Amino acid sequence: MSGPLTLAARDGRALAEDLAPYPLAVRGLTVSYGGRPAVFSVDMTVEPGSMTAIVGPNGAGKSTLLKAALGIVPRLAGTVTLHGRPLDRARGEVAYVPQRASVDWDFPARVLDVVLMGMSRDLGLLRPVRARHRSRAMDCLARVGMEGFAARQIGQLSGGQQQRVFLARALAQGASLYLLDEPFAGVDAATERAVIAVLSALRAEGATVVAVHHDLSTVRDHFSHVLLLNVRRIAEGPVERVFTAENLQATYGGRLGAAQIGDLGLAAS
Amino acid sequence: MGPDFVVLSLVPMLIGALAAVACALPGNFLLLRRQALIGDAISHVVLPGIVAGFLVTGSVATLPMLLGAGAAALVAVALIEAVRRLGRIEPGAAMGVVFTTMFAAGVLLLELSDTSSVHLDVEHALYGNLESLVWLDATGWQSLLDPAALAGLPPELGRIAAAALGVGLFVRLFWRPLAAATFDEHFARAQGVPTAALGLGLVMVAALAAVAAFDAVGSIIVIAMFICPPAAARLMTDRLGRQVAWSVAFAVLSAVAGYILAGYGPLWLGGQDAVSAAGMIAAVSGLILAAACLLGPHRRPRPG
Repeated sequence: MSGPLTLAARDGRALAEDLAPYPLAVRGLTVSYGGRPAVFSVDMTVEPGSMTAIVGPNGAGKSTLLKAALGIVPRLAGTVTLHGRPLDRARGEVAYVPQRASVDWDFPARVLDVVLMGMSRDLGLLRPVRARHRSRAMDCLARVGMEGFAARQIGQLSGGQQQRVFLARALAQGASLYLLDEPFAGVDAATERAVIAVLSALRAEGATVVAVHHDLSTVRDHFSHVLLLNVRRIAEGPVERVFTAENLQATYGGRLGAAQIGDLGLAAS
Repeated sequence: MGPDFVVLSLVPMLIGALAAVACALPGNFLLLRRQALIGDAISHVVLPGIVAGFLVTGSVATLPMLLGAGAAALVAVALIEAVRRLGRIEPGAAMGVVFTTMFAAGVLLLELSDTSSVHLDVEHALYGNLESLVWLDATGWQSLLDPAALAGLPPELGRIAAAALGVGLFVRLFWRPLAAATFDEHFARAQGVPTAALGLGLVMVAALAAVAAFDAVGSIIVIAMFICPPAAARLMTDRLGRQVAWSVAFAVLSAVAGYILAGYGPLWLGGQDAVSAAGMIAAVSGLILAAACLLGPHRRPRPG
């Protein structure tokens, strides 16, 4: 995969390949925290309408890859394009669900207030929230089954309910590409089903989904594509081709026992 | 409340209340961002800057003081970084060392320089000079309609009113993105909200409030004004808008009640002299926070 085309991209020269068909294309991405690379020279090509899992051990740079793709953390090198356009001209096309634990849920806000925060692009810096924005936010809450909680203080929600509110906030962004960071971490089974149902519906509407995912046993149930990451890209492609015992061993090194991989029911190559 | 009240107490009370409101407004957001100590830091760091501004221009005017305070803040940031890296000290301790050292330098600078011609000395820097901001041109309530008397109002009143207005406008204008960036900075940034500029703007209006208030009420009370009313307000409600409204109410209450208690409290208790208004305002705001901790309707920690 590291042919002359990607090398050209890394050099910062004009891209020879046409990235317009891809909702998200990352080329030669390197992100560094305090002099240590968290993500090193990673390429990622997300197929339209796919549902891609980003899988790898702790500290592999999974969240960092998402954050760099969204411009939240600065890139040391590399390019990020959305349908061939740079991030600054395509922010409206991408929605984000950060890790639930990344915010203080004791913040003085109601559920509806949080969903409305997903409309910052529509509203700009200065325009006030109007009735139509509230009604759209209520629609987004209804899609995740939380319309009855609109007036609830966010600190009173369970972990699963918080996750659904974050998903509703992402829906309010009205995007075609959804980047989710561990959307199933620490949530109840009902929430996991609800989130999967919403993501499936989004795909049916033509949206593309990328999620950082830590539960290896459900990768094949939920996702069509997978990116195996451990600072560098180990492998990328359709789940049935890429999600193999060999690739997992390469991704996790010695940390994943042969027995664990055996539990996944993968054919060793 | 006769003419004496208008001459001696009305203006100091107004200045105290405006200073408290100007500090409480950004204080709400600093508190929610877990940056409450920035208010503390600013109130300490600005002292050498204010003194330097005075020494260069020879006058107690807001603009040179603000510029001096801004320069002092930049020096502080550079020093913190230097202490942290060269001394291998954790950031919190590095900040503490730099702030107290710069404040001490400001105190020494004040003592060494001749500031006898203006209201600028060590006691003023610590406690302010609220009691001395009297309206000598007033003869009673009717003076509020008398242009000649109004022209004799202490200039501090205009300064703090302008600062409070500026702070209020910033918070009102950028309310929604400020709230969004305070709750979830990364998400806001992913949407293209200029979170770094908003955070810098917040610190800048906090500095504006600190400098304008410092001039009148000193550095001790400024810390209390940044933290106490918003912290008490947080315990009264679970809505951001109401929290800010409560903090403004608590700010005004502590300023007015503190000023009255300082002026008349000792007399009521059979004493002779008034006590420091700035100290009493800070004490009252602390008492309000204590009461909110014990009685506020939203003081329970929530589950996970």
